[in-house]
Amino acid sequence: METTAQPAGRRKDELGRRGEDLAAEYLAGLGLVVLSRNWRCREGEVDLVATDGARLVVCEVKTRSGTGYGEPAEGVTPAKAARIRRIAAAWLRTYRVGWCEIRFDVLAVLCPPDGPVTVEHLRGAF
Amino acid sequence: MSLASAWAVALHGVDGVLVEIEAHIGPGLPGLQMVGLPDTALSEARDRVRAAVLNSGEKWPARRMTLALSPATLPKVGSSYDLALACGLLAAEGKIPPERLRGLVLIGELALDGRLRPVRGVLPAVLAARRVGIGQVVVPIPSLAEAALVTGVRVHGASCLKEVLGWLRDPRSTLARPGPQRSAVPAAVPDLGDVLEQGDARWAVEVAAAGGHHLLLTGPPGTGKTMLAQRMVGLLPALTDHEALEVTAVHSVAGLLAADTPLITVPPFVAPHHTSSLAALIGGGSGLAKPGAVSRAHRGVLFLDEVAEFGPRSLEALRTPLEDGEVRLARRDGVVRYPARCLLVLAANPCPCAPPDERDCICPASTRRRYLGRLSGPLLDRVDVQVSMRPVKDMGQARSEPECTATVRERVLRARAAARARWAGTGWGTNAEVPGPVLRRRFRLPRAVTMPIETALHRGRVTARGADRTLRLAWTLADLAGRDRPLLEDVSAAMGLRDRSAA
Repeated sequence: METTAQPAGRRKDELGRRGEDLAAEYLAGLGLVVLSRNWRCREGEVDLVATDGARLVVCEVKTRSGTGYGEPAEGVTPAKAARIRRIAAAWLRTYRVGWCEIRFDVLAVLCPPDGPVTVEHLRGAF
Repeated sequence: MSLASAWAVALHGVDGVLVEIEAHIGPGLPGLQMVGLPDTALSEARDRVRAAVLNSGEKWPARRMTLALSPATLPKVGSSYDLALACGLLAAEGKIPPERLRGLVLIGELALDGRLRPVRGVLPAVLAARRVGIGQVVVPIPSLAEAALVTGVRVHGASCLKEVLGWLRDPRSTLARPGPQRSAVPAAVPDLGDVLEQGDARWAVEVAAAGGHHLLLTGPPGTGKTMLAQRMVGLLPALTDHEALEVTAVHSVAGLLAADTPLITVPPFVAPHHTSSLAALIGGGSGLAKPGAVSRAHRGVLFLDEVAEFGPRSLEALRTPLEDGEVRLARRDGVVRYPARCLLVLAANPCPCAPPDERDCICPASTRRRYLGRLSGPLLDRVDVQVSMRPVKDMGQARSEPECTATVRERVLRARAAARARWAGTGWGTNAEVPGPVLRRRFRLPRAVTMPIETALHRGRVTARGADRTLRLAWTLADLAGRDRPLLEDVSAAMGLRDRSAA
């Protein structure tokens, strides 16, 4: 049992990492161009910033291995949504992007240990 | 399908208003929004419904759900919407056929494990459903008998959410149906034969019961004031079907109905303690007011024992309900009206020390005056029959057996029938309800007969309203005597029954 030998924190980070990889692949598959991954600022971190050519798409990726604690998308609380909005504004300032249309998406990735991975894409979630 | 409607009922006093619950499931972060003026208990439905749905083996939709309760301006109170909320949501998700919810009202609170809990006010809710032409109602099983009192609506009983969902999915399956209507065995009312002596007071009770007049009994302790008042209910006629539904509806809103025999068929007897608050007596509570003692005694007897000990505010608050036959209570969420046509029976000692024989009273004159002075003139003016009782002097061996309830009741019923026949088509049932002007104009008595009243009015011994009340009393006395109109002796006797010196 290799996984249980690891500290719980690192296992969780790994799951998140894997989910973000899957999400980036998924967005690329939709024809979006990923501009930043895990972009950090003082406010915090945003998982993915992408564009479909017309608008900026700011994505929060939420990965869970099971629904025992609720659906992945339920993990995006109003407080978290507000923080992502602030980070998006910081991103725009940093890269000196002027006025543009922004969409906030949630990518809910479900990675059950024994089953297919599903990615649920909530467009304009908040 | 991501949009569906279910139906529930909001209670406004003893009236129900049909509420449409629209459920919408759309894209967005998972969560449940409820709009349309829900109160705290209803906002908590969010968590109850979620747990109940999950524990009934259903999946909770992980999308953005909006529940709208309309009419949106009507405040919605309580937990009776749970079942309709859950079914609306599941129908919006396509888990149950939405068309099955059409023409169906769902009532019940959900427990976390999906059980259905009974709620208050099922009877008015089902009545409201029938009024707008809804054909079917689902209620919790404990409320089944109550809901079945309403004819013309198919009533189903369910014990849990799972059962309801199964029934909605499979039209051939059935839910519990109401059993045969069982009439309540009336609680044994004590017999009038138990009361010793007190000829005047017994007569006063009989007159009050016959005409629906309010009654004040004063006298030393142990003379049978309380006994007489308790026996008054036995003299009143059984409630008609319409009255029974009215009374049952009030008790349903107050949450006081027996589960197996809900219909109240005998006049209620309500005796609040003299420390009762204003809200307990008249009705009250935050948000929308709940019925108080005066409404629970609707079509029955409201007995205020030791009436001089009641707070003056409480007693004064009784004045309008007694006059109008209903209570109107304005609170934050609107004005509700509860019926309050009750027979008021007041009992009081003549003074605080109240010795068995009044000659032994040690109270100073000022105390005596103040004691019964707490009963205000305007309140006593509404009490048609006022008698003082004397101490009992023998144990009942000396004289013949006192009259029992059955004998007196027969006379009372006959008098009531005579009054009803006279007032037929006017909307009044008893003499006490008839407005004074009608008695003075349409049923004017010869001057020779009304002479005592005219004199008392002239001398200022009765008020104009008091004069009207004496007239009503005279009609009741005539009814009891089997006469078709009052004679001079009836009017004189009526004056005697209203003797203010009693108080």
